[in-house]
Amino acid sequence: MGVMKRMSGILQAKTNKLLDKAEDPRESLDLSYQKLLENLQKVRRSVADVTTAKKRIELQATQLQGQADKLQQQAKDALAQNREDLAREALARRAALAPQLADLQTQHQQVATQEQKLIATAQNLQTQVDAFRTKKETMKATYTAAEAQTKIGEAVSGISESMGDAGMSVQRAQDKIDSMQARAGAMDELLASGALTDLTNPVDDIQAQLDQVSATSTVDADLAALKAELGTAAPAQLGAAEPTVPAPADQGEAPA
Amino acid sequence: MIVRILGEGQFEVAESDRPSLHELETTLDTTIEGDDEAAFTSALAALIAEVRRLGTPLPADSFTSSDRVIPFEDAGLDETKALLSEPGGDDH
Repeated sequence: MGVMKRMSGILQAKTNKLLDKAEDPRESLDLSYQKLLENLQKVRRSVADVTTAKKRIELQATQLQGQADKLQQQAKDALAQNREDLAREALARRAALAPQLADLQTQHQQVATQEQKLIATAQNLQTQVDAFRTKKETMKATYTAAEAQTKIGEAVSGISESMGDAGMSVQRAQDKIDSMQARAGAMDELLASGALTDLTNPVDDIQAQLDQVSATSTVDADLAALKAELGTAAPAQLGAAEPTVPAPADQGEAPA
Repeated sequence: MIVRILGEGQFEVAESDRPSLHELETTLDTTIEGDDEAAFTSALAALIAEVRRLGTPLPADSFTSSDRVIPFEDAGLDETKALLSEPGGDDH
């Protein structure tokens, strides 16, 4: 038996569980409508869940990107201070973040797709709810008891199948979210306390060294300025040794 | 015949187009049996594209059951196999 027929059997089996076995076929229309409304609520809740999951991933990606940008800036600063070793280290750490970022982007894409599909499912169901509300009353009014038996049975099966499909879509989205939550949790921990934050923490080692280099430069500059100031007062003593404001600022003479 | 693409909706496909779909379905069956993920993905895409091409989407107020059901467009091989092992999918 082909896959399409088998899938049809599976959906049928799921659908049968949804069907209320009402004695009166007219009554089953109302029950189905009720189920349809509940189903729509479920899909909407699922859309909200997916959206929350997506936002969480976006937040993580932003944090991670921020750290990558910061490392990039540190590399630039280090180079400006002639500390190629530090620049290299910062770039290496930045490169180590790339796979994590790529992973987040993939997850984001997946969850965004799920979100779109669920929104479409919700819209379809909403359309069906509206259409069914009218149709069920028409059916109740028009059909004779004999006709009602088959026609209503058909409509109820049809609507149940839609609910079965929507139910599977919701389940699927939920499964995806669950597996992502686990990874997102691990990433949160990593971002909050683990290796990632330590790399770019304001007091991390790269920054500390850069700060030190920069502080030394500042001190040198200040010192030079002071000397110059004194030099104007006593040019004979200092002027010769320090003709202009010296520029060790870019020469990074911090101890290794 | 009525064909449902899971997560998308129902399509009315003319009886005369049945052989064309059947051929694509057989290919899909083979990829599932052969456990070939890449081939499965492209066979599924081909089948879905054909249903969309040949079929007419059913209006929202049609409320009818489907004769054939196609997995979700982005379904994976493992997911599909798991689904096929659920009640109703085993035999006639």
